[in-house]
Amino acid sequence: MNVTLKVNGESFTHEIEPRMSLSQYLREVLDLTGTHIGCDTSGCGACTVTMDGDAVKSCTILAVQADGCEITTIEGMANGTQMHPIQAAFKEHHGLQCGFCTPGMVMTAADILKNNSNPTEKEIRDGLKGNFCRCTGYHNIVKSIQHAAEHIKG
Amino acid sequence: MGNYIGKSVKRREDARFLKGAGKYTDDIKLPKMTQAAFARSPYAHAKIVSIDTSGAEKAEGVVAVYTANDACGQYGVPCGWQVNFKNGETMREPVHPLLARDKIRHLGEAVAIVIAESLELARDAAELVEVEYEELPAVTDPKKAMAQGAPIVHDEWPDNAAFDWCIGNDRAEVEAALEAAHHVTELEFNNQRLAPNAIEPRSYIADYDVNGDKWTLYSSTQNPHLIRLLLCAFVLGIPEHKVRVVSYDVGGGFGSKIYHYTEEALLTWASREIGRPVKWTADRSEAFLTDAHGRDHVVKSKMGFDKEGKIVAHLTDEYCALGAYLSTFAPAIPTYLHGTLFQGVYATPLIHLNVTAPFTHTVPVDAYRGAGRPEATYLLERMLSKAAIEMNMDQAEIRFKNFIPPFDGIEQPGYQTQVALQYDSGNYEGTLKRGLEMLGYEDFRKEQQAARKNGKLLGVGISTYIEGCGIAPSAVVGALGARAGLYEVGHVRVQPTGKISVFTGTHSHGQGHETVFAQFVADKLGIDMDDVEIVHGDTEQVAFGMGTYGSRSLSVGGTAIIKSIDKILEKGAKIAAHKLEAAAEDLEYSGGKWTVKGTDKSVSFGDVALTAYVPHDYPEGLEPGLDFSSFYDPANFTFPFGTHIAVVEVSADTGKVDLKRFVACDDVGNVMNPMIVDGQIHGGVVQGIGQALLEEVVYDDGGQMISGSYMDYAMPRADDLPMIETDRTITPCPHNPLGVKGAGEAGAIGSTPAVVNAVVDALAHLGVTDIQMPLTPQRVWRAMQH
Repeated sequence: MNVTLKVNGESFTHEIEPRMSLSQYLREVLDLTGTHIGCDTSGCGACTVTMDGDAVKSCTILAVQADGCEITTIEGMANGTQMHPIQAAFKEHHGLQCGFCTPGMVMTAADILKNNSNPTEKEIRDGLKGNFCRCTGYHNIVKSIQHAAEHIKG
Repeated sequence: MGNYIGKSVKRREDARFLKGAGKYTDDIKLPKMTQAAFARSPYAHAKIVSIDTSGAEKAEGVVAVYTANDACGQYGVPCGWQVNFKNGETMREPVHPLLARDKIRHLGEAVAIVIAESLELARDAAELVEVEYEELPAVTDPKKAMAQGAPIVHDEWPDNAAFDWCIGNDRAEVEAALEAAHHVTELEFNNQRLAPNAIEPRSYIADYDVNGDKWTLYSSTQNPHLIRLLLCAFVLGIPEHKVRVVSYDVGGGFGSKIYHYTEEALLTWASREIGRPVKWTADRSEAFLTDAHGRDHVVKSKMGFDKEGKIVAHLTDEYCALGAYLSTFAPAIPTYLHGTLFQGVYATPLIHLNVTAPFTHTVPVDAYRGAGRPEATYLLERMLSKAAIEMNMDQAEIRFKNFIPPFDGIEQPGYQTQVALQYDSGNYEGTLKRGLEMLGYEDFRKEQQAARKNGKLLGVGISTYIEGCGIAPSAVVGALGARAGLYEVGHVRVQPTGKISVFTGTHSHGQGHETVFAQFVADKLGIDMDDVEIVHGDTEQVAFGMGTYGSRSLSVGGTAIIKSIDKILEKGAKIAAHKLEAAAEDLEYSGGKWTVKGTDKSVSFGDVALTAYVPHDYPEGLEPGLDFSSFYDPANFTFPFGTHIAVVEVSADTGKVDLKRFVACDDVGNVMNPMIVDGQIHGGVVQGIGQALLEEVVYDDGGQMISGSYMDYAMPRADDLPMIETDRTITPCPHNPLGVKGAGEAGAIGSTPAVVNAVVDALAHLGVTDIQMPLTPQRVWRAMQH
């Protein structure tokens, strides 16, 4: 099947198998390997991207379902060499260790802050509950998002 | 410049991870690369009657299909540690075949590998492999595996025992002391089986280069050199210099990526057969079924006390599952990494541990974060808190009564335990005092009493742990059955411009070596951190190494690097002396330059480096270059310790445990980067909380895993947890130059019993003395009803 979509601002059209997941499409067809696959069943959230502005788990969206959509992946977050405030906050507050869940965490954090510019700790934790991190115990991820929120608010 | 040690320097590896530019194995694509999928057994125990691969072979895009009937069938992966029976009989060591030939011994064991042009085509074709099985009864519980008439895992050993083992004082003496004790606390429980669950699944690419007759194996491993050694010398018989193992970014390990797995060897073999690269990445179901698990001990324990509450004796019998085959370090985990910590932080005079280690129809069990030490700590800390309740004492008081007094390992000697080890240095009461202070223990007790009157069930749980890290002195572990040395290699190359490349045999999969190692290297040389690059994870760049596990990287790997820096400074001083026309003894090195003592005559590190590589005016007889490699074999283990305290509220209606606070005061010796140490503690604590409240691998009676997905295996999520309150005391390790002990596992070792002790404390007035982990609402609610 034919799929046409915009990824990180660039348009793509490809002939793909209907069964190809969006995560596979991003990784295998577009070589955007920042989107990680930790489980294939929506459990871990490492594959989180935004689709038309909302966070989705790209392992359980078929690429053909994204036809006509605008996708942002972790590779689309920074502005050139300038990291997005969420990325910068993760670095500043040690919100990552092995880095594997990190792209999904950053994309989910963007979604949390898009819907709530001033989240409480509880709201951040609720927003993160679809994403596993096995390294950080979430402590510094929560802290990073709190600081990113303050920074974005200015 | 300099002055980085002890600072929370931000991590230099973060930029690539945050931009999605990490290079994990599955991110690598090679020209002409093929993809593998496995046909795996749906049974835990079965005879293989027949295998028909003809359908798979004819399927679209299939390059090759192999079974144990092909040449790969002759190979098996080895075990790296030998623990013999108490009576001297040799450990029973089954062949762990790359593919099952006649018999299946655990769910998910691979029967065939299918290699195709794409992952989808490989998976489609793997489904066409037809295997006729004759299902047999299975045993997955280690105690049941030792019972008469239990299903047999390996026909040649009908009693299922791989070995038995004991440590400590004479059993009869310990039993007599228990008989005579004022009070005996008893506990029987399972330290349940856990799945490590690094979020990056295992992934390998084998690439055979026909022209060079060389292989490159890209592997998500924690120790590339050990994998190369095992793969070459013990599995495939390939000359070691023909294989390069590369392990770039690895998405967490927690032990599960230490071991040499069958898939690595099989892919390496297959790549030469097909003359193309072949990749395999586990999906999460395969990870649950094939990654080595942790824990799985069935424990029966007695601890005797005098009337003051001092421990007089401790006797424990355990059944510890090994799984169907012996994984790389499996025999060491329930023995030398477990029994040797039975002293804990207490001056217990008599200790005896007896271990029976059977095969079971499960995936192998090996080291998982803490590896044997969480199991020892859980037992000791539950016993102490249970005894406190039974003897009407306070949890803190009973610990203060039993602590080994403080010793620094220099003025006061190391502490000789009853279970072989000598502790390096410790101040156990110090972390408990600080932990109680952080919590506000006295106030909490008042709050608890008041809450109870209002029907609220609050509880506090204390755990004061010790662990053995920095593995390990090779001669010691060799005498105990290790088949490898456990030294580390640190190679420091000064480039002609004075820039530094450090090659370490340890491996970072989240620990931040690229930052922390550069911090102390820059400080030791008095140069800028930006001038130091850390290289790891490539056997062709790094001379040798034993990888990262057992919180060893800084204490063992860091020391190897320091040794090389010492050699550089010694040689550099000779060059500097020549340039300054002074004697080397008259120079001092500080701030990145050699100065003639008492003068302002100096020469910089950069000048000396350049001179070493452009030796026109140079000391006579001295070799050019400034490049040293060192092996460091540690003098002893290191022994971090600490206090963890949990506060919980238990719902009287549902039994749900709400973790309100978690306080950790750890002592990991000197700290290079507080931010990173705190991060290690946070993560470890939460994994330990996971064991206490949520996690368990469950096999049913037939050996089917009924917790094989993230829907069934509960791990801590962000909304299960409070912020973790951390602090530390510092008791330097006396036997390594950085004075470090290791921080990677401490959190997971201390936290589990703190949480369970807190829940039992909340319910003690209802007569609850123990609850089996994980403390699910159902189990807690049931305990409250009795």
